[in-house]
Amino acid sequence: MDMFLEVGLSHYLTLAALIFTIGVFGMFLNRKNVIVILMSIELMLLAVNINFVAFSSYLNDLAGQVFTMFILTVAAAEAAIGLAILVVFFRNKGSIAVDEISSLKG
Amino acid sequence: MIVQALAFYLFAGILTGSALMVVMARNPVHSVLFLILAFFNAAGLFVLLGAEFVGMILVIVYVGAVAVLFLFVVMMLDIDFAHLRKGAMQYVPLGLVIGGILLSELTLVYGAWSFAPDVSANLGTPEIALGGVSNSKGLGLVLYTDYFLAFQLAGLVLFVAMIGAIVLTHRVRPGVRKQSVAAQQARRPSDVLEIHRVSPGSGA
Repeated sequence: MDMFLEVGLSHYLTLAALIFTIGVFGMFLNRKNVIVILMSIELMLLAVNINFVAFSSYLNDLAGQVFTMFILTVAAAEAAIGLAILVVFFRNKGSIAVDEISSLKG
Repeated sequence: MIVQALAFYLFAGILTGSALMVVMARNPVHSVLFLILAFFNAAGLFVLLGAEFVGMILVIVYVGAVAVLFLFVVMMLDIDFAHLRKGAMQYVPLGLVIGGILLSELTLVYGAWSFAPDVSANLGTPEIALGGVSNSKGLGLVLYTDYFLAFQLAGLVLFVAMIGAIVLTHRVRPGVRKQSVAAQQARRPSDVLEIHRVSPGSGA
């Protein structure tokens, strides 16, 4: 009982592992839908962020939170570029099915 | 202590549930909305961990920018989502197997986790060295000094992403009448004005 009431680092790490796994599972479940795949990637990045902040908090080291902000930056840039590519692809093909993207090969 | 534990389990439970709903929902709009819920709960967890600034940034950046961007794209494009889901169930067993292996491996690693005894000697930017400042001030003190180059490069990443997104989605449509300032400035009276001497009693 004490193990459950005393929220420690391993609680947060297990939660992050769970979220990361859900993200990986989502990529299998929605293999054709790029939008949901991008959302799954966001979930995986969120899991990494939870790891960083949990370590930062339990080590009393601010470096983890700084890196979380850099991950946020990269995640935002990635989402913007990914969705822009998606919009252009939809304009040309009228669909966002991943298995048709191989036709973009030269 | 017990309040903290209850808050953790509340946030963690809703976070896990909404993360599952993100990947399972049939309608992608629902997926985006559950993603927003997940980010809010993650921000709650960050506040619980004492990282208020990162938690608030998470709400602003993810909920305010990224999730709204997703919502725009989902609602603007006329996508046949039922067609996309066809045949998706055949990958569920494989996904469950791989996810289960990954989760059990990660849990085995994290469950037995403990810090090395001399870890506090190796910290990069310990909070004690900053002298008991608040979380936001401490982050500012670190971010603009020790991580200044990385901070500038993060700005560069965002800049390149902005230009990339604009270049990718910009298209020139034929037949759209746009203002051309140069052409307007180059207009001379002699190009457009003609003086006719009209004699009385006859038309121009």
